[in-house]
Amino acid sequence: MSAYRVLVGCKRVIDYAVKIRVKPDKLGVVTDGVKHSMNPFDEIAIEEAIRLKEKKLASEVVAFSCGPTASQETLRTAMAMGADRAIHVEIDGKEAETLQPIHVAKLLSKVAQEEKIDIIMLGKQAIDDDCNQTAQMTASLLNWPQATFASKIENDNGSFKVTREIDGGLETIKVKLPAVISADLRLNEPRYATLPNIMKAKKKPLAKKKPSDYGVEVKAHQQVLKVEDPPVRQAGQKLETVEDLVVKLKDGGFV
Amino acid sequence: MYLCRRIPKHLQSSLKNVKHNKSTIAPEQVQSESSVVVSSRLIEELQGVVGKSNISTAEAVREQHGHDESYHPTSLPDCVIFAENTEQVSHIAKLCNNSRTPLIPFGTGTGLEGGINAIKGGVCLNLSKMDKILSVNQEDFDATVEAGVSRQTLNTYLRDTGLLFPIDPGADASLCGMCATSASGTNAVRYGTMRENVLNLEVVLPDGRIFDTAGTGRRTKKTSAGYNLTNLFVGSEGTLGIITKATLRLYGIPECTTSAVCSFPSVQNAVDTTVNILQCGIQMARIEFLDEVAIDAFNKYSKYDMNVAPSLFMEFAGSDGTLDKQVEVVSEIAQMNGGSDFKWAQEAEERNRLWKARHDIVYACMALQPGSKPYSTDVCVPISNLPDVIIKSKQLIDEAGVIGPMVGHVGDGNFHVFFPVDRSNPEQVQKIKDVAKQMALIAQELDGTCTGEHGIGLGKRELLEREIGEEGISVMKQVKSAFDPNNIMNPGKVFC
Repeated sequence: MSAYRVLVGCKRVIDYAVKIRVKPDKLGVVTDGVKHSMNPFDEIAIEEAIRLKEKKLASEVVAFSCGPTASQETLRTAMAMGADRAIHVEIDGKEAETLQPIHVAKLLSKVAQEEKIDIIMLGKQAIDDDCNQTAQMTASLLNWPQATFASKIENDNGSFKVTREIDGGLETIKVKLPAVISADLRLNEPRYATLPNIMKAKKKPLAKKKPSDYGVEVKAHQQVLKVEDPPVRQAGQKLETVEDLVVKLKDGGFV
Repeated sequence: MYLCRRIPKHLQSSLKNVKHNKSTIAPEQVQSESSVVVSSRLIEELQGVVGKSNISTAEAVREQHGHDESYHPTSLPDCVIFAENTEQVSHIAKLCNNSRTPLIPFGTGTGLEGGINAIKGGVCLNLSKMDKILSVNQEDFDATVEAGVSRQTLNTYLRDTGLLFPIDPGADASLCGMCATSASGTNAVRYGTMRENVLNLEVVLPDGRIFDTAGTGRRTKKTSAGYNLTNLFVGSEGTLGIITKATLRLYGIPECTTSAVCSFPSVQNAVDTTVNILQCGIQMARIEFLDEVAIDAFNKYSKYDMNVAPSLFMEFAGSDGTLDKQVEVVSEIAQMNGGSDFKWAQEAEERNRLWKARHDIVYACMALQPGSKPYSTDVCVPISNLPDVIIKSKQLIDEAGVIGPMVGHVGDGNFHVFFPVDRSNPEQVQKIKDVAKQMALIAQELDGTCTGEHGIGLGKRELLEREIGEEGISVMKQVKSAFDPNNIMNPGKVFC
């Protein structure tokens, strides 16, 4: 059984603990000066890839990110967790704002082919756009099988047995490799990057590329028209009797 | 209602509806009579400082702020105010000081000694809205946070820097609240307590003065500059001033960690093992003792299948090479002392589950007698006296016929008995108090303290007098009157 080469996608997003604020121009959220970190589902994907390497099922873990220069910090974190090297596809600020899963999927599939990848591990969705599309699109472009919302991955002689979290409960499928897998929350608990590993990660190779290197166009397909806060919660009303409640419901047209 | 206070009319009707847990009030639980009034004028002035939405006299809000996680019954403050910055805190302090109104700083309400109970009413100052992490200096291993930042929030923020703040009292307490009680936790054996890990504090005094205990912006590992005011406020339980910022020492996340549980034929064996391990100079990350009653509670609550016997929960942390050696030596010592049944937890998920279950032990103990509240002891003695105090305590518990699960940071000579207390059963309450008092007295005889990490709060005031002695207490009282001449800061705590 030969060891697999794993490509893991990581996206730099606003940290999940930050209180999001809408920009005054209502075209997006405030990102300046706000803490960013690796998308939590991508952390889980990286962790799973590293565990495959520790089990000697994977020979190399390559971390991948597309975005502005700051995405390199995310890649260094991936390498500090144990990824062997990284590929950064540089996309400047403006274009990065309108980047869509289809663009990322195209880039991922080109990289996978070039790097002779056996397994693409992605987070199931990014916490900023919640698209949940990249894994599925990538599998389609490559014509590879997909195992999305993975909560457990087991090796099965050249295939993987993947338990998926679905609406009705859990579904277990067998996926032939090469394949695309997307990580769900309960797949694992990612390790923390330790100081010595952070130091070592600084020396690991990080290749800087452009979308044109892969023949992919990242022109915007969509335009954000408006971003708004949800409506402010109104105070409740306390009523004295059931009769009052019925009157209020009738007046409000609810009954 | 046993409150004897003149209460403004607009608050009277809401107070009539307050339900307190039915209990016969034992003498030291009676609220002191006081003629404190939080006048409607003061409430208006406070509203002027923080805005209408940041002050509440609603019953539900006051109830939440009138008790912590201990067995002490709720004592409602007259109002709860939420501050958003240090200037507001200063203004609030001045208003309370001028009107001689009690002022109680509130972090997360996760204390275990009734520290925030408003036994003399007054204003509860909730600091949770001051929730900014102001700075993290990675190369210098320090971070500065506002009063509302909890320790898990800080550690989540730090997670990709390779650093952590290791003091771990179990609850997700506010870091400044942890300063106020000089908190400790399962990691103290390796990292020390808050005392050793606070570099600087921003404090607001009752008269409204704002100052930094080590000077503004100072964050050195060591200093000889002037009096150590930082450590005066650490452990002061809100009786000297309000802590609004803390600069904390950070540590590197250990490279490798692994945990193990080992059972022993007797309490003595388990404790002897601990003493031996420490005397070998081994740097354990955690070493916790649970007796068979605690393990039973643990199994039932957290759905585990540990051997029901006195046990040690151990955590080893270090770089790859050192871990194996430590594990080898400790396994030998344990076996020498009759230890067996080593259960290992290596993956992050298993270890986290294990330590979470250990932290849930308070709830697990309460579940042994549903509806109970925890009465916890906190005695701490020099390591060599530990076997003695534990065995004597166990005898007392058995003789009294009460449920007394024992859980402890034995690596620090500190252990807790979490008695589940049924507050409606005065006989049981009294029995437990007697046992707890006896335990504290035994510990004090053995060169120890009645409270290693929880603080004095409401329940240990007499024990403090005995422990520090007359002269010491009079010195403490002098300090108190220098900082808080009108006794508005958390009155009735620490001193009788």
